[in-house]
Amino acid sequence: MIHFPAFDRNLRHRFGIVVVLAVIAALLALTTDSFATAANLTNVARQVSINGILAVGVTFVLLTGGVDLSLGSVVALSGVVCALFAHPGEYSLLVPMSMGLLTGALCGLLNGVLVTRGGIAPFIVTLGMMTVARGLALILSGGKPVANMMPALTDLAGDLGPLPIPVLCFATVALLSGIFLGRFRLGRHLYAVGGNEQAARAAGVSVTRVKLLAYGTCGLLTGLAGVVLAARITTGQPNAGQAYELDAIAAVVIGGTSLSGGVGSVIGTILGVLLIGIINNGLDLQGVSSYYQAVIKGVIIVGAVWLDRRQSRS
Amino acid sequence: MLLDVSLDFRPGEVHALMGENGAGKSTLMKLLAGLYRPDGGEIQWRGQSVQFANPHDALAQGIAMVHQELMPIPDLTVAENLMLGMEPANALGWVDHAELHRQATTWLRQLGTDLETSRPMRTLSVAQMQVVEIAKALARQADVILMDEPTAALSDHEVSALFKAIATLRQRGVTVVYTTHKMDEVFRLADRISVLRDGHLVATKAAGEFTPASLITQMVGRELAQVFPPVTTTPGKVILTVTQLTREPAYRDISFTLRRGEVLGLAGLMGAGRTEVVSAIYGLQPADSGAICLQGKPLALTSPADGLTAGIGMLTEDRKGSGIIPAMSVQHNLTLAALRHYCRGAVVDASAEKAVTRQAAADFAIKSSGPAQAIQQLSGGNQQKVLLARALLAAPEVLILDEPTRGIDIGAKAEIYALIGRLSAQGTAVLLVSSELPEILALTHRILVLRQGELSAELNPRQTNQEEILRHAMPR
Repeated sequence: MIHFPAFDRNLRHRFGIVVVLAVIAALLALTTDSFATAANLTNVARQVSINGILAVGVTFVLLTGGVDLSLGSVVALSGVVCALFAHPGEYSLLVPMSMGLLTGALCGLLNGVLVTRGGIAPFIVTLGMMTVARGLALILSGGKPVANMMPALTDLAGDLGPLPIPVLCFATVALLSGIFLGRFRLGRHLYAVGGNEQAARAAGVSVTRVKLLAYGTCGLLTGLAGVVLAARITTGQPNAGQAYELDAIAAVVIGGTSLSGGVGSVIGTILGVLLIGIINNGLDLQGVSSYYQAVIKGVIIVGAVWLDRRQSRS
Repeated sequence: MLLDVSLDFRPGEVHALMGENGAGKSTLMKLLAGLYRPDGGEIQWRGQSVQFANPHDALAQGIAMVHQELMPIPDLTVAENLMLGMEPANALGWVDHAELHRQATTWLRQLGTDLETSRPMRTLSVAQMQVVEIAKALARQADVILMDEPTAALSDHEVSALFKAIATLRQRGVTVVYTTHKMDEVFRLADRISVLRDGHLVATKAAGEFTPASLITQMVGRELAQVFPPVTTTPGKVILTVTQLTREPAYRDISFTLRRGEVLGLAGLMGAGRTEVVSAIYGLQPADSGAICLQGKPLALTSPADGLTAGIGMLTEDRKGSGIIPAMSVQHNLTLAALRHYCRGAVVDASAEKAVTRQAAADFAIKSSGPAQAIQQLSGGNQQKVLLARALLAAPEVLILDEPTRGIDIGAKAEIYALIGRLSAQGTAVLLVSSELPEILALTHRILVLRQGELSAELNPRQTNQEEILRHAMPR
């Protein structure tokens, strides 16, 4: 058994969120028959996996003190590019997958270059990327969903044994990212850059390289989310992923990552993703109308963060 | 933090609070300013027992605090900062700007300064900002002004300007309570001195009844026979050669050599270019032209990573700005610059890291609750020791120390002085930048003086004195 001291410590720090999560889950289990069933919980896991992959990716960027608003658009662009290479009989499965991942990674790297070399604020750079990527998705698809995808690709939304493949993707991404941030030298450097950029530079850390890594990783994972989404909806949808960045950033912040950088963890992000997922699922199960769902979700997100910050201050 | 302290302050006196870091000076000040509330005991104000709920409460009664870290609003003007929250305005909230500047000017005049009130705050020097802060306290009718280490970041002539303002306050009957780590200042300024040690009041006496030696003894509770260890080492071969280093407008044509085991002092006023020159040698702020050679090999330094690789280490001047990573643990701060030595491949070896942290905590007498404690919770002196240890973990051949003892207590200072001696004995070349002339005079083999970006003198510390150094440092 590998021991992760950072993991335990982070879990303890996020105690407030764990409590909120447990209370909501307990309430749902008591008030509905359908919540605590294997089928429903698998369904929750499947539903959170795309937001989970995005949230883990944007954790890297938020840790450096940056932000990425282009997630949703890049999800759409990567999905469209993936679908364009996914018509049956043209290429093998690896080609559309890699093209989707590559698209995301390139968008992320470009964000990173503009932030580091260009010296432009991450908010502005990624706001620009948000509209550019959306526009490119519309141009490449001609404004229509790109259909006719090979079964091998759409199968990626299916199950491997008892578990949905998207869930396995999320779990793998989260595990690898957690190990990277907690145990690798470059992971440490990421926290240092976010905590005090000047001091990190003075201690010999290459701030540029670290930020490129963060934006690039975020882009790569966004590409992965795009491929998974395309597989699930069996088309490359140029209008997909609207406002996905907001759910992802909300999950990361609920998980205790500071918007000013330097503080946070993957385990916290996972908790944030689960909280948002369970709220969505619970409101559906209770038959709450989607108009009310939006209001309730917003209140619970802000309330959870407020509770958590109050508890971690004391 | 503070135990059973009874003390009185009189109108029109300058009262210095002295003690090591953690002795309770700041706590005492914050109690008086309403930032903390006492667990027991009482504060009497003009003969009445008072309790301050918050700093506004204390200010309303006439007690103001000028913090160690100033908090100006950089893009507002001097007048707007000074009159913040009490702008002359009509019923609609329309601010009368002419009146605002007139009032601000009046307060500044009273402190004997003719600072232009329409200047944006960010264009001011630290000393000027401090004067504005003091004027701000005056404008709020403060009868007691608390100053926490007001001179920590000031150069010598800025200190004189501040002292003039304090003298004016004294004449007006204002009580100034003041902390500092600088021995010479206390005797120039204070009417009375109170010494705190471990939260207890050790002594309150007129300044004239103390000598520097007796004051130090009271502060540390033991005889510090020798704060400065004698220089006993002899420099070896030349290791670093700097030739015609230039970066306009900060400095130009800087040439000097540094030998193994040598401690070379770099003296000068604030703004003379000392920090900029040493930053170039570390790669932090590359020079425009000129050459830096280490053991005869020219170095192309574009970033601190280059400096570290070449074998040059640096302790930066601005501990908060470019030193600590506040939210990170002591352990992670410590190993940051030399992390590759505590890795297997790209993965951090947690046990090696923990071992070196324990070793460093012992070697440098770092006081913390453990390696996982966030460095921001440590005292300034302990933070500084962590940063010094960080620089040394990379085993540099040339170590640059930029104001290594700024704002830290005398015990920690003595430890750092002893460490410089040990490094010199091991053959490390040390480049020491300091505004504290006694430090430079006592610790170095040789002193270079910078004046307005140019080398103005090379002096032998055994044959010179503070006055001569200052003469070479003063702008012509």
